[in-house]
Amino acid sequence: MITYALLFAFACFGAGLLFNLWRIAVGPDVADRILALDTMVINAIALMVLYGIWRGTAVYFEASLLIAMVGFISTVAYCRFVLRGDIIE
Amino acid sequence: MEMYTEILVSFFLVVAGIFGLVGSFGMLKLTDTMQRLHAPTKATTLGVGGVLIASMLYFGLGKAQVSFHELLITIFLFLTAPVTANFIAKTYMARNIKPEELPASEREYGWAVYDDPPGRAEEDFHERERKGRN
Repeated sequence: MITYALLFAFACFGAGLLFNLWRIAVGPDVADRILALDTMVINAIALMVLYGIWRGTAVYFEASLLIAMVGFISTVAYCRFVLRGDIIE
Repeated sequence: MEMYTEILVSFFLVVAGIFGLVGSFGMLKLTDTMQRLHAPTKATTLGVGGVLIASMLYFGLGKAQVSFHELLITIFLFLTAPVTANFIAKTYMARNIKPEELPASEREYGWAVYDDPPGRAEEDFHERERKGRN
């Protein structure tokens, strides 16, 4: 039963990634693209944790924690660059 | 693995998948950027939270190896999601909304995106004075 639930969750988050990609390609404003990239990072974290359950190992948690941190920092850096024209003033 | 564990983990996985899909679909469906900000920052974060709860239950109940990595990721994501949403809203405001279109802040100072923080102007003045003297 867990197998089917995992496949369902994989499909949902994979479709979510495709939607985000569409928003990055279309998005009329820079803010839309930053938001779509941030959501892509969150979806990627979910996919990695799901893959960890699928394989039955706890190796992928460290990787997903690192990706969460890098995603947050990159979103803030991108926003500050657009806002102020500089990242660290 | 026992039956009730499987049911619990599957339930959380399905709920997480639906929330994640709704969050990403909302970003596609909604019309305005400020509206679009709502869907991913709330629904997708909850979706990831569901996946992490399912993972905790799977490794804790099913394999009897309790780990708190998932809790760490959940707390980190729940702390950072509002910060990123605020930053993205500020970016959109600075680029697309003029200060005249906003309601007044009804304070001594204006809105943070457009005006200098309190005391900044005087600081700049003093700095210029010092540089001028040197």
